[in-house]
Amino acid sequence: MARALINVPAKAKRGEVVAIKTLISHIMETGFRHSTTGEAIPRDIITTLVVTYNNAEIFRAELSPAIAANPFLTFHTVATESGTIAFRWTGDNGYDVSEQATITVE
Amino acid sequence: MRHHSNGTTRRDLLIGAGSLAGGIGLAGLVTVQPSQATPATMQEAIRKVVGEAIVNKGKIKLDIPPLTENGNTVACAVSVDSPMSADNYVKAIHVFNEKNPQPNVISVQLGPRAGRAEIATRIRLADTQSVTAIAELSDGTFWSDSVEVIITLGACLEDPV
Repeated sequence: MARALINVPAKAKRGEVVAIKTLISHIMETGFRHSTTGEAIPRDIITTLVVTYNNAEIFRAELSPAIAANPFLTFHTVATESGTIAFRWTGDNGYDVSEQATITVE
Repeated sequence: MRHHSNGTTRRDLLIGAGSLAGGIGLAGLVTVQPSQATPATMQEAIRKVVGEAIVNKGKIKLDIPPLTENGNTVACAVSVDSPMSADNYVKAIHVFNEKNPQPNVISVQLGPRAGRAEIATRIRLADTQSVTAIAELSDGTFWSDSVEVIITLGACLEDPV
């Protein structure tokens, strides 16, 4: 069960630089820890976040076990046109979650 | 005095347990590998990204609190001084560390459409160490900034309670 929080301004002026914040719930198990019985806990992390703006890629992040649990990422983009900003997180064990937000540019 | 059915006394058992523990301890000493990225492996990871290019100081600012209590979540912000125009922009930002089990922290790909070369995230740090951020510009140059971070409680290697 994935729960993602995305903060994209609903409205922006054309050409304005807007901040985008994302937060997704995930344990980000490093793969370097051991259970109480001494077995290694296998790695389970989100490895990639790809963000597209009206189907054009604007941001891509490769994550590692050194990213804290519940990965939080902020970045910026230029508001060029009204449309959809789509987010896709992929990771270990077939993890694949998509979310999107709409932005109105005037 | 009660004896085990096979004749093993409490003293035998204790001696056996003692030598067994000693054996495990010795085996542990022999097989323990450093499960840490070292400054050398960090340099190696950086070389993998930058290749033969020269890494300059400046243009990029890595913002991490110099003293953090809990290494499990350390706020980490990177900003690069760049106009982010079509012919002069930041292509990528990479963050590396010295003493986590692996040297890589995060790599992001940006483009002129980012408008501002600024990212923020939260990272894990296993120990007091130096963290390095490297920016790759569209003209092929690399710029870096390093910060010494003191961690009171390390992340990554502790076992769940």
